[in-house]
Amino acid sequence: MALLELENVEARYGPIRALHGVSLAVEEGQAVSLLGANGAGKTTTLRSISGTVRANGEIAFASKRITGRAPEAVARLGIAHVPEGRGIYAELTVWENVLLGGSTRRERRAIKRDAEAALAHFPRIASRRKQQAGTLSGGEQQMLALARALVARPRLLMLDEPSLGLAPTAVQEFYRVVRHLNQEEGLTVLVVEQNARIALASTQHAYVLEVGRVAMSGPSDELSRDEGVRASYLGY
Amino acid sequence: MTQFFQYIVVGLANGGVYATLALALVLIHRATGIVNFAQGEMGMFCTFIAWALITHHGVPYWTAFFLTLLIAFVGGAATYKVVIQPLSRTGELTVVMATIALLIILNGLAGWIWSPEVKFLRSPLFAPGDYFDIGGVIVNKQDLGVIGISLVCVAIVFVFFRFTRLGLQMRASAVGPATSRLLGIRVAMMLSIGWGLAAVLSAVSGMMAASRLELDPNFMLIILTYAFAAAVLGGIDSPVGSVVGAFIIGIGISLLSGYASSFLGTELQLPLALAVLMLVLIVRPAGLFGHVVVRRV
Repeated sequence: MALLELENVEARYGPIRALHGVSLAVEEGQAVSLLGANGAGKTTTLRSISGTVRANGEIAFASKRITGRAPEAVARLGIAHVPEGRGIYAELTVWENVLLGGSTRRERRAIKRDAEAALAHFPRIASRRKQQAGTLSGGEQQMLALARALVARPRLLMLDEPSLGLAPTAVQEFYRVVRHLNQEEGLTVLVVEQNARIALASTQHAYVLEVGRVAMSGPSDELSRDEGVRASYLGY
Repeated sequence: MTQFFQYIVVGLANGGVYATLALALVLIHRATGIVNFAQGEMGMFCTFIAWALITHHGVPYWTAFFLTLLIAFVGGAATYKVVIQPLSRTGELTVVMATIALLIILNGLAGWIWSPEVKFLRSPLFAPGDYFDIGGVIVNKQDLGVIGISLVCVAIVFVFFRFTRLGLQMRASAVGPATSRLLGIRVAMMLSIGWGLAAVLSAVSGMMAASRLELDPNFMLIILTYAFAAAVLGGIDSPVGSVVGAFIIGIGISLLSGYASSFLGTELQLPLALAVLMLVLIVRPAGLFGHVVVRRV
């Protein structure tokens, strides 16, 4: 059984249906992209998983049904959701932000050690740990959000449009770390992206959403080679 | 000159009473984004509980003091769970109205339970008459006790929020509740603890005030006004600012009543103090210590 499984998941914002029965699976150790146009339901899918949006259907994580659970409960099961817009505490320092990633854990010394290790992935922010996080650039905040998520030692890392608003070099740097985490350290990743090119290059499997449904799926390298897919869904 | 220093000491003691209550207001404002108008009455109610424990149940003062703090914590946390949290979805104005309702309810309840006649709750730390004579300056020991306790409270609150994991999680829950839940922080519990701590601070403020004033259901109203002024003067989001603001106001009032009461009369003390406050706020709208969050996008 896959680590994360969605079956026929529906979600709505008031009267507007955002998901019309999404089904997908993420295997342990896999990196998976969730692609699609604006409004296709990518962000809503992640929110349904993390419990920030009310959803119906079957969402199972590590063989447990998690549909309808509160976000803090889902986080405590081992899902780290880096939301759209990064969710950095602008008022707190970089170091405080990273430490808060360990909120689900108990052992203080291990949390500090992991916070150091997570920051070590990003030398640029590691040297600025005493600064207010709001003073970091967009790219640096994205790195901080990732570092913070790692301190939770998640079994599944979910990233929502990490490339949004980032300079191209920052996007490259960010995804280099994501690939490292997935390929070298075996972290399971589910990433939502508008930037299909970088997402497909960094994952093994991909799903394409279209108006709240999975329109197609397959190995990332196959999808990125398919001319028809590129033209109709991926826009490059 | 000795007169002047005497006014300063009295002002510092008053400031200490305002500071603990102002700190409670700031705590709630940072955690829940609203002003809790019932904060003073929560302190008043707790002070009556302490009084009843001592007078009717023969509990020794310090046992009653700490027992009251425990009751305050539970009561404050429960207030959040039962009243504030269910209402918070309906908007800030509703919650503010609820705190005003709470103010009136607690005030009426205290008068009904304990009858409105005046009572006294003297701290046994020092008898009210005890004093030091420092170079001609008469320093009331009761005042020193109040200054000491308020400074200890301020220090504990500062260390708690600055250096403990729970304090950090509470600050995070206040500034980013949605993000905090994604990180697995139990935000509702954090806010509940925040309300509990604020109630503890108001209880301390009330019991200290009662050692200098008469105890009746309305005795915290004027203190709430000054504490609120102190919080706004210092910057409603700044704990340090609210404490400094409280001492400024305490000393200011003390000097004002010392030197100006002969030609201003006591009636004008409060209006004058608040007029000065408004002037300060026109010049510095964020308050003296209101901090600016730098944000880059």
